[in-house]
Amino acid sequence: MSASTAPTALPAAESPTRRAIKRFLRHRLAVFGLVVVVLFVAVAILAPLIAPYDPLQTSWSRIRKPPSFDHWMGTDENGRDVLSRVIWGARASMMAGVISVLGALAIGVPLGLLAGLAGGWVDAVISRVADAMLSVPFLILAIALAAFLGPALENAMIAIAVTASPVFVRLSRGMALDAKATDWIEAARALGNPPWRTAFVHVLPNIVPPLLVQASLAIAEAIIAEAALSFLGLGMQPPNPSWGSMLNSSQRFLTQAPWLSIFPGVTIMIVVLAFNLMGDGLRDALDPRADKT
Amino acid sequence: MTTVLEVSGLTLDFRQDGRNLRVLDGVSFRVEAGRTLAIVGESGCGKSVTSLAVMGLLPGTARVGGAIRLGGRELTALSAEERRMLRGGEMAMIFQEPMTSLNPAFTAGEQVAEALRLHQGLDQGAAFAEAVRMLDRVRIPDAARRARQYPHQLSGGMRQRVMIAMALACRPRLLIADEPTTALDVTVQAQILSLLDEMKRETGTAVILVTHDLGVVADHADEVAVMYAGRIAEQAAAATLFASPEHPYTAGLLGAAPGEGARGERLASIEGTVPDLRNPPPGCRFAPRCPFAVVRCHNEAPPLAEVAPGHVSACWRAPLDGVLAAA
Repeated sequence: MSASTAPTALPAAESPTRRAIKRFLRHRLAVFGLVVVVLFVAVAILAPLIAPYDPLQTSWSRIRKPPSFDHWMGTDENGRDVLSRVIWGARASMMAGVISVLGALAIGVPLGLLAGLAGGWVDAVISRVADAMLSVPFLILAIALAAFLGPALENAMIAIAVTASPVFVRLSRGMALDAKATDWIEAARALGNPPWRTAFVHVLPNIVPPLLVQASLAIAEAIIAEAALSFLGLGMQPPNPSWGSMLNSSQRFLTQAPWLSIFPGVTIMIVVLAFNLMGDGLRDALDPRADKT
Repeated sequence: MTTVLEVSGLTLDFRQDGRNLRVLDGVSFRVEAGRTLAIVGESGCGKSVTSLAVMGLLPGTARVGGAIRLGGRELTALSAEERRMLRGGEMAMIFQEPMTSLNPAFTAGEQVAEALRLHQGLDQGAAFAEAVRMLDRVRIPDAARRARQYPHQLSGGMRQRVMIAMALACRPRLLIADEPTTALDVTVQAQILSLLDEMKRETGTAVILVTHDLGVVADHADEVAVMYAGRIAEQAAAATLFASPEHPYTAGLLGAAPGEGARGERLASIEGTVPDLRNPPPGCRFAPRCPFAVVRCHNEAPPLAEVAPGHVSACWRAPLDGVLAAA
């Protein structure tokens, strides 16, 4: 190639995304987190294929049996296979985590961009509402909302989405304020960009990295929130399995049948840990200060 | 010669702490197709806000008065939406800081292509191809590859070339360059300015060059407007202004510029500082610093008056020939 032999040869153009992926892949724990997350997403999607039993099939002859070769995680108080229920429960948890955070992004980011870029009373109203919501503990607000909407997984997801959105409002507002002071925003306006285009085409791509980090951490929180709501009977409704509702029904047998609590509990822990590790790795990989080297 | 931009009696007010702050006071000038008007002055004299007012990029708290006509169309009467459509299309601007004026998240080519997509409705592929041609026209070597690079991979001079390509992509009738070379190395400065000259000749674009560098003005401007404290002090053809300044402020600026003769000597400076616009002097705004000020200068603001054909000065004592000789 002539380009590589020319005296002015330059490193090939490399997009910021590609360099971030490279940095992420060097981060061992983050990659571990990503692998676990991908694994659980696959489990959730493939639940009907890989679950050894019907998660709703009760059996009077197999009530509260400890883990065995036939039932790796034992059976519950209705004789249902715990492994199958954990596998199907991944659907509720992953869906709740991902969809409610997508919802939170869809609510929070446009409002945050609007507040940051418009300023004035628009900013004041949006920011005060977000602050007011942040002043109430996350779970309390989610429980209140879910109770108000009625017990169902969809309502729990809506409640979590709304409750998690102020964080994204704040984050995108702050980033939009930073962006507003830059020369390239002025240049974008000088080029005739309408305000909405400036916000979504120019500002948004520049704030994706912190949003991505925050979103992956928020998914972990949302999974815990879904488990908590289901534990309280406000999420997934019986007999459908979810990790939270399994913990709820197993608490009565904590001493007689600890496997009923241990398996869903440990699963929640592993998934939440994986999302957090992934988020930390993303944070390091997407750090703009690392971009200059 | 067709007049592209005509600004007359431009005023600009901001409200600050409940008081009115008049930042521009009766600024008038015109720019013709294929010509360069330099607006010169110290920091804070109003030269940058003048260009922002023409572009319509001032914040909503600014109140603009007077007339701004682009090709005969009155811009101050247009809606915000109509003003926006003109930006990047009929009128474009390049900024002082090429290092930070490009969006870090997009390639050079994408940013030039955006202007074409916004104003000429080209699709992505056509716009990008045209962007590469534009980058080539602003003398970026290996434009096709550079177009796919991100701003952080380009040098300052290269980025300013990209900015010029963005600004000129839609063949604007008016280009405002706000201190386009202040942040660049001296050698790169010369290249960028001669590029602007070439583009101006090729496209017939009218150029407003905002600068505080008189050396740049001498080499690249046809007309010069000298601004002081929100008003135009003097305006003339560049050669005339350098040969016979008719405002003491201009004379002072020329004396303060590093020239050939004065090597080794201290540069002359203008005593005092720019007046506080919250409390401007009642007469000529330069009077407190002017070595030639008389009583009238402190009491009455001098109007812009023609001292020679095409040469106006806002000074009671102009023409200055006798005054300077006596000094």
